[in-house]
Amino acid sequence: MRISNLINVITGLGRFGLGFLQRLGRSVLFLLRTLAACSVLFARPGLIVRQLYAVGVLTVLIIVVAGLFVGMVLGLQGYNILVRFNSEASLGVMVGLSLVRELGPVVTALLFAGRAGSALTAEIGLMKATEQLSGMEMMAVDPYKRVLAPRLIAGFISMPILAAMFSCVGVLGGYFVGVGLLGVDAGAYWSQMQNSVDLWDDVLNGMIKSIVFGFIATWIAVFEGYDSVPTSEGVSMATTRSVVSASLVVLAANFLLTALMLGEE
Amino acid sequence: MFLGLIIKQTDSKSGDILVKIRDLRFIRGDKIIFNGADLDIRRGKITAIMGPSGTGKTTLLKLIGGQLQPAGGTVHVDGLNVHRLRQPELYTLRKRLGMLFQSGALLTDLSVYENVAFALREHTALPESMIRHLVLTKLHAVGLRGARDLMPSELSGGMARRVALARALALDPMMIMYDEPFTGQDPISMGVLVKLIKTMNDALGITSVIVSHDVPESASIADYIYIIADGKVIEHGTPEALSQTRSDWTRQFMQGLPDGPVRFHYPAADYAEDLFQNI
Repeated sequence: MRISNLINVITGLGRFGLGFLQRLGRSVLFLLRTLAACSVLFARPGLIVRQLYAVGVLTVLIIVVAGLFVGMVLGLQGYNILVRFNSEASLGVMVGLSLVRELGPVVTALLFAGRAGSALTAEIGLMKATEQLSGMEMMAVDPYKRVLAPRLIAGFISMPILAAMFSCVGVLGGYFVGVGLLGVDAGAYWSQMQNSVDLWDDVLNGMIKSIVFGFIATWIAVFEGYDSVPTSEGVSMATTRSVVSASLVVLAANFLLTALMLGEE
Repeated sequence: MFLGLIIKQTDSKSGDILVKIRDLRFIRGDKIIFNGADLDIRRGKITAIMGPSGTGKTTLLKLIGGQLQPAGGTVHVDGLNVHRLRQPELYTLRKRLGMLFQSGALLTDLSVYENVAFALREHTALPESMIRHLVLTKLHAVGLRGARDLMPSELSGGMARRVALARALALDPMMIMYDEPFTGQDPISMGVLVKLIKTMNDALGITSVIVSHDVPESASIADYIYIIADGKVIEHGTPEALSQTRSDWTRQFMQGLPDGPVRFHYPAADYAEDLFQNI
């Protein structure tokens, strides 16, 4: 009895592993085919512009509000820690580096996956479930060119811009709390930040992270929608899987990128 | 086991055949959907493909349109082997085919007008005034010119299918495939759709393929009927010929009889034994 249970567990693990590898393979093929379809966007930039609005502009509000509050909390927590060492003048450094190197790209990616990624997955999944994608194919319109590539590229473009906005607003949030409420010197806040935050080591690395995270989150969102089971339950599950997978992969990728970037310094 | 009478198609010439399907085999998972089906669809005629639910009627349309790849056999449309075509060639062929999906498959973020204009905008560089003219002509043909500004969510099921028909007609196709056009329609909508399919076919000279299990409606306009079951064509012929069939199965299907070769009761143990076994 115990042996059969063990065999069942091993079988289950094997099935899970094979299923995972199959999905990974499908997603890579999907990505290659979608990227190959992107050439059409040079001829029809309007397709991307519409998606930039849906994916990027409509996500700005949640990014700005979240960035403001994260920056304010950083200002508050940072001040309470730094003041113990009489280093509250370094608050700008702490807020700036935290946002630019880590929190900006990561939190933006998590919010992006929740707001724009889930919307992308649900939209594409519903288009599949209601045969809109099949209908396009039968009208000789390639869904990869007309539907998937514009959304993928819009996600790639939007995410770094949103992460930059998050960091900028966060720095202002830290300023409002640190300088406006807690009395940190405004000159020290800005000058120390200016001296310590390096354009190449910090800002560029943060930008690279946000590009990678945008790539991951959008790829997962669009693929999950296209690969969803064409039923209401299937679309619902795909949307959940999209947010969960994108969040976990972004966090794991963040660790790897941080290790690589710190190793270079 | 079906012992259907095979009624020979008469007056068929190879040049008349728009769609030629030979030894078609298609497998989904462990289930064999088609196992050697042969069909000929003649130009300018209305051909109905009928059969019980789940026999692969919609799959057959997707195989004709090249959306699915068969496990074996060939599908020729206008002399072209659909599954040997590369994507650009396949898309060129599809511009000459229209398909009306069961759900309508209208693009939900576009208005009725934009849905009908969609294919024209994608495939032509016509000026807006010409597109407007064409769209209004197609919408007028299906009686929905006045509904041009509505969104798909504001349409009834019958209206959505009529818009989908107008959209399928936009590029003036040589053939339109209708996937269950009558399912779930009220009698008026059904009558409208039956009339539209017949009128479009006769007026425009296009070939029509109707996949349906609504026997009276399909038989009333079809020139030829194929009945498929168990992965094969079990009988084919004109509606008049099939109404005189000697096959019990076909008679049960055509007349909608509740019992016959296809039993009313799902196979089960003896009724009395089942009722009293725990007493």
